[in-house]
Amino acid sequence: MAQQRVVVVGNGMVGHRFVAEVVEQGLAQRLHLTVLGEEPRPAYDRVHLSEWFGGRSADDLSLLPSRDFYAANGVDFRAGAKVAAIDRTARTVTCADGSVVVYDQLVLATGSRPFVPPLPGADLPGCLVYRTIEDLEAIKARASGRRIGVVVGGGLLGLEAANAIRQMGLETHVVEFAPRLMAVQIDDGGSAILRRKVEALGVRVHTSKNTQKIEALDGDRLAMRFADGASLETDLVLFSAGVRPRDELAKQSGLAMGTRGGIAVDDACRTSDPAVFAIGECAAHKDRCYGLVAPGYRMAEVAVDHIAAASAPRTFTGADLSTKLKLLGVDVGSIGDAQGQTPGSHTVAFTDSVSEVYRRLVLSPDRKHLIGAILVGDGSLYGQLLTLFQNRIVLPEKVEGMITPQTGGGAKIGLKPSDLPDTAQICSCNNVSKGAIVGAIRDHKYTLVGDVISCTKAGTGCGSCKTLVKDLLHAELKAAGVEVTNHVCEHFKHSRQELYHLVRVHKITTFGELIARHGSGTGCDICKPAVASILASAWNEPVIGRKHAHLQDTNDRFLANLQRDGTYSVVPRCPGGEITPDQLIALGQVAKKYRLYSKITGGQRVDLFGARVEQLPAIWEELIAVGFESGHAYGKSLRTVKSCVGTDWCRYGVQDSVGLAVKMEHRYKGLRSPHKLKSACSGCARECAEAQGKDFGVIATEKGYNLYVCGNGGMKPQHGVLLAGDISEEQVLRYTDRFLMFYIRTADRLERTASWFNKLEGGIEYLRKVVIEDSLGICAELEAEMAHVVATYQDEWATAVKDPEMRKRFRTFINTDAPDPSIVMVPSRSQHRPAFWEEKERQLETVR
Amino acid sequence: MSTAAPAAIRWYHACRVEDIPPWCGVAALIAGRQIALIREGEGEDIHALGNFDPFSRAFVISRGIVGDLGGIPVVASPVYKQHFRLSDGVCVEDAQVSLPVYAVRIEHGDVLVQLSH
Ligand code: SRM
Ligand SMILES: Cc1cc2nc3c(=O)[nH]c(=O)nc-3n(C[C@H](O)[C@H](O)[C@H](O)COP(=O)(O)OP(=O)(O)OC[C@H]3O[C@@H](n4cnc5c(N)ncnc54)[C@H](O)[C@@H]3O)c2cc1C
Ligand code: SF4
Ligand code: FES
Repeated sequence: MAQQRVVVVGNGMVGHRFVAEVVEQGLAQRLHLTVLGEEPRPAYDRVHLSEWFGGRSADDLSLLPSRDFYAANGVDFRAGAKVAAIDRTARTVTCADGSVVVYDQLVLATGSRPFVPPLPGADLPGCLVYRTIEDLEAIKARASGRRIGVVVGGGLLGLEAANAIRQMGLETHVVEFAPRLMAVQIDDGGSAILRRKVEALGVRVHTSKNTQKIEALDGDRLAMRFADGASLETDLVLFSAGVRPRDELAKQSGLAMGTRGGIAVDDACRTSDPAVFAIGECAAHKDRCYGLVAPGYRMAEVAVDHIAAASAPRTFTGADLSTKLKLLGVDVGSIGDAQGQTPGSHTVAFTDSVSEVYRRLVLSPDRKHLIGAILVGDGSLYGQLLTLFQNRIVLPEKVEGMITPQTGGGAKIGLKPSDLPDTAQICSCNNVSKGAIVGAIRDHKYTLVGDVISCTKAGTGCGSCKTLVKDLLHAELKAAGVEVTNHVCEHFKHSRQELYHLVRVHKITTFGELIARHGSGTGCDICKPAVASILASAWNEPVIGRKHAHLQDTNDRFLANLQRDGTYSVVPRCPGGEITPDQLIALGQVAKKYRLYSKITGGQRVDLFGARVEQLPAIWEELIAVGFESGHAYGKSLRTVKSCVGTDWCRYGVQDSVGLAVKMEHRYKGLRSPHKLKSACSGCARECAEAQGKDFGVIATEKGYNLYVCGNGGMKPQHGVLLAGDISEEQVLRYTDRFLMFYIRTADRLERTASWFNKLEGGIEYLRKVVIEDSLGICAELEAEMAHVVATYQDEWATAVKDPEMRKRFRTFINTDAPDPSIVMVPSRSQHRPAFWEEKERQLETVR
Repeated sequence: MSTAAPAAIRWYHACRVEDIPPWCGVAALIAGRQIALIREGEGEDIHALGNFDPFSRAFVISRGIVGDLGGIPVVASPVYKQHFRLSDGVCVEDAQVSLPVYAVRIEHGDVLVQLSH
């Protein structure tokens, strides 16, 4: 068959998807592609365009799998080639530079352009749009050294643009014509919460504002004049008031148009001329243009099928506009008929104005199906709701339970992967069904989520389906009888929990013994520290004793935290945050003597940075002399128990929160665990110590204490859940002993209590049964194990400085006492910091 | 004992074998250069590699955990955990990157390292 000449006009996201589909289907031999793109570079990820401001370069955003992707596949790609005319009779296109290209089939993928309202002054310098990398360069240039920026349009893109302007340090305003933000996607309730959140970030929102004109002021500033007489002075105006399809070429060549613009196409994405296709934002299917990338990708695939005359071509029958975004750090999700416009539909809504979360479900008239939803403030339910919506899954009776918080935190929908039909769409960005994912897992015998994702592409768009992909994989593996490997690493075919049991049951005390009996090889940087931690939790022998030293990560090996330049930091324990004046003085003296940078940490204590290995024992000797102990800032172990002042000083305190915090810190200090442990104790419900954000935390009540567990700050903050309320101090310690040991026994390596809890079947009820009601009959054991650790505690640093054998190991060089010449400090504010590489490179080149 | 070597190449005494705990590394400063001496196992199997970690740009390789990946002996950088083969210094994660490797000889428990200038 003769090669067909296919010309693609536009090399945006969808134009590129068309080319990629041709290549992936192995059609590049049969179809000779010429791609004419107006922009100076090949296609890039417009969806993540804003990341350019965060430092992702144009190259980083490129959609091409490799630089030579087009050339390597025989595609004639021309950048900076704007098509000026189409001659449908001669079947040619003419570019602005006069060059002419002949086609057998033509694909228009010209996208849209930002809509700039026809206002007087809208073309003044400083009035800009947000669509291409060149637009962003113009915005950056204009913003530099200026103070105020206004975004016209409070929709999705407007808020995203506002964020970009805000991050450049400008005072940011959003001007919206409608009475609320994101009028198209969300309803009043959601919009109100979104507005509060956006305003809390310092963005000023002006709704119901009709801009009438823009005037130039002196010094190239601008003034916006509104219909209500108000005005706003600014340095920059960014129009984000919607987009319009770029259909001018098609119109000039006489192709049929949609009634509201856009190039009219049928279910094959064919225009009124059978040799011409239109895909992406420029196409109008059933009079509708889609401003999202997913429908465009579907169109590209459909067009390829028809152009290549595939035996069973796919068709485009419309698309769903569900979206989930993070706008200015606020999750916003909208699914299906979010506004509840379907006649007879029902609405269930939940507003929490304290944590600023809004959720709304729209149900079918018979209440059996989800037909729409809105999420603002917390988008974690999006993936599950979308699956319910797309697959028309029959809803549970008490549907409110899905969106209201239950005891024990986040709402859960009992949606098991096995409940889904094979046709269920899992990834809507890339249109991947459950069947396709399961098929790939079975065909390739995948065991890793990453492999499934790279093979099926599910999860490579917005990412919201990744959890479902993982669930599917695990369900598949389980069904196939394959153990879902939670093996620690290649040296042990056991989970951390199993290793813990082996160590205890067989009374194993060294790594060598464990690997000889239950593992293979010599170990690695994953299993060695994990086993070291297990041995320490079980037998509590000094971690840097000769038996265990080689297992430790550098932090544990030198009982200090490694910094970027190879020096270490020193963090003495300050139980409950209490510190005496003499200790403060001693800290200052030590810091001065050894020239250590000093900082108050986020954990109510002091960190001294920049100590060289050989200085550590001497520094600690001086600290120990005034009563300090190791703060274990380096270990997977208890960090701090933060406290507030409580009844001792505070007019609201109801219990001695400092006293209890100090007691808890002493009890659990040195305890090794799968990950670090943090705790806090607050003197009343005002919660100044932030106990609900800790692995275990206590809040004083009139009657005693409330004990919360499994909270987390850090990367994924999560509130703790109430394990027991109004309990005595003695109960607090007893339940905490049991809780911690149960966690240490059963958690995976490097799994904080919060993630461990999220996987715990039965949730808080189960945990209460185990820890309070002793349903497993192990509480006595757990308490005994903790008692052993408490009784055998020794301050690691005190042990280390006294033991000449251990002390010898704190040397930078084995053959000389010379200090490390690569450590170079430079002054910074009133102290100093390690020189950056560039600052010391020349000096060090020779010694590398 | 020492064999005649070209003037630019020399064997340097670094330390005693027992100065390096089994399965551990220590650093030595030899002729202005930082060398990581790594003891694979409990015996006299000692490797000398550059102490400079090209990923973190800190001189810390000697403080990494020693073990194996798929049976190949490696040391893991203590900073970002890339693995380097003890035999030739090549990085497992990125074969373009490698640490310099120096010849080692053990004489009556003394660790000697060969450096060229
Ligand atoms: C020093 C300090 C920052 C400061 O100057 O304030 C700090 C410094 C480090 N943090 Fe942190 N964190 C510090 C308080 C916190 C807090 C606040 C708190 O504890 O109240 C948090 C959030 C609370 C939480 O963990 O739930 C925090 C969340 C993290 C995380 C994220 C943990 C998570 O589960 O998401 C990491 C990474 C990790 O552990 O894997 C981390 C890791 C680190 C490491 C160890 C990173 C590293 O490997 O180099 C830093 C080295 C410390 C050093 O060299 O001494 N740091 N870090 C704070 C020490 C507190 C202390 O006295 O011990
Ligand atoms: C900041 C931003 C954030 C976004 N976020 C999301 C999101 O989160 N989710 C989502 O689904 N969508 C999002 N979008 C929309 C998404 O980027 C578009 O839906 C998608 O890019 C459409 O692809 P397209 O190929 O149809 O159009 P485009 O990507 O615009 O590509 C069209 C290309 O054709 C070129 N062209 C036009 N006319 C000619 C001509 N005559 N000759 C030659 N070349 C021509 C243009 O220069 C352009 O390069 C976002 C858009 C922006 C700007
Ligand atoms: S938590 Fe309560 S007792 Fe503690 S400082 Fe705050 S108000 Fe005072
Ligand atoms: S749904 Fe967006 S990546 Fe899968």
